[in-house]
Amino acid sequence: MDDCKHKRISRREFLLAAGGLAAGIALEPAVATEVEMTDAIRKVVGMARVHKGKVTLELPPLVDNGNAVPLVVRVDSPMTQAEYVKAIHVFNEKNPQPNVASFYLGPRAGRASVATRIRLADTQTVVAICEMSDGSFWSGSASVVVTLAACLEAL
Amino acid sequence: MARALINVPTTARRGEIIEIKALVSHEMETGFRHTQLGVLIPRDIVTQFVCTYNGAEVFRAEFYPAMAANPFIAFSTIATKSGTIAFEWIGDNGFSVTESAAISVA
Repeated sequence: MDDCKHKRISRREFLLAAGGLAAGIALEPAVATEVEMTDAIRKVVGMARVHKGKVTLELPPLVDNGNAVPLVVRVDSPMTQAEYVKAIHVFNEKNPQPNVASFYLGPRAGRASVATRIRLADTQTVVAICEMSDGSFWSGSASVVVTLAACLEAL
Repeated sequence: MARALINVPTTARRGEIIEIKALVSHEMETGFRHTQLGVLIPRDIVTQFVCTYNGAEVFRAEFYPAMAANPFIAFSTIATKSGTIAFEWIGDNGFSVTESAAISVA
């Protein structure tokens, strides 16, 4: 009976199934998900509420090479002894790991602005969370289209 | 020895916001790549960057593998008095680089 069943699988069906399996394996490489990003953000902010706004993320909308993407984070803050930005954390959705970088500033920074270059593995949304001196959290995000991905290529 | 490039203004007025740029040459191996034989290349990145102004910390950063190779960072600080601005990068496998610049504040 079993033998009979096996014979009924046509070559086409077999190839389709094998192809599907191969694709399943190919998609396997570790890629963080939005859920992982949310978890990583939760780890930083704890139970605090994250407000939208005050944070501006400057990223090119279209990226040719994901290996070095210029990023500027600006926070709307007077940066005085009484009111300043304590930290800025940058997260991404689809790299193998949700964290990108954390920056710790203080009132001596004068201006709440940091520029750097990051890697992006896929077309995705990058999120920055900023912690103010009064303990509140603010967030900003930017979407990027990446044509050549970083991180996952073999040598 | 890894090379560090820094850009700090040599003179400034007291209270002026100065921009600082710092870059260290480092491959920033992510730890997610494989060789053609399928062997995982171990992670080797710069994990921390600290900037001190006359010994007091004014800026600190933590890096993850999502930072580009040769990590570059630009930030600002208020020029308070003449002295040295020192930079330190710390990373995997005992990586450590220090660099400093003198600033005179009028």
